[in-house]
Amino acid sequence: MTQVTRKRRIFLKSTLATSLVGIAAGSGLLKSTETLAEWPARLFDAKDIKSASGDDEGTTSTDIIIKAPDIAENGAVVPVTVETSLPNVESISIFVKGNLHPLSAVFILGPGVQPNISTRIKLTRTSEIVTVIKSGDKRFTTAREVKVASGSCTG
Amino acid sequence: MASNTIKIRAQLNGDIATIKSLINHPMENGQRKDSKTGEIIAAHFIEEVVCDFNGNTILTAQWSGGVSKNPYLAFNVQGAKTGDAVALKWKDNKGDSDSIEVKVTG
Repeated sequence: MTQVTRKRRIFLKSTLATSLVGIAAGSGLLKSTETLAEWPARLFDAKDIKSASGDDEGTTSTDIIIKAPDIAENGAVVPVTVETSLPNVESISIFVKGNLHPLSAVFILGPGVQPNISTRIKLTRTSEIVTVIKSGDKRFTTAREVKVASGSCTG
Repeated sequence: MASNTIKIRAQLNGDIATIKSLINHPMENGQRKDSKTGEIIAAHFIEEVVCDFNGNTILTAQWSGGVSKNPYLAFNVQGAKTGDAVALKWKDNKGDSDSIEVKVTG
């Protein structure tokens, strides 16, 4: 192999490699595993609903339904469903007033997802479950008391 | 794609898919004490669950240790049809993660 062809090969190899990486990065193939919404530690660490909701608990609405048992046998596993007829729901947050850290979960809804979410949460003691729903640029809230027959020790 | 920690079903009803999932996870909130040693059990909980529908993110759940052990999550997606791809992935505060992908069934 002559000196020229060898150099040419190396040149081709390296340019091909760089352009492939460039294409991969450009098309989003190399996107990071991180999602856009960062886990809001400040809200989850808060000890009252006011600060856990980012100082905006919203106005009370009758268009929100919290489905949960009146009396929970086991505070460690309390089924809860939040549903609403409010339009353009962007997010649903669920708080437990009596827990050390009230904010339990935040659900950010994308296109097509109905504002009707079911999960299971912990209640340290008899407490109100509070939900704050972001609908358009406004926030709405409602609460429902659940009595706990036996606590989850700590929630 | 198989998963050891996620069970998921996406059932079509009309044009609405009901997605129900169960994740195996201790969801320790960092406040419980070990009944034998009396030592506090370190926080270990899922921080984020993301659901993609045909490649687009449709639901992001941010959780604390206030969500019950072996979390359950159910929701409905409008405008769905049989064969649509539903992917669910979770990530916890220790950096562990898992994911699964299923099709909507009629």
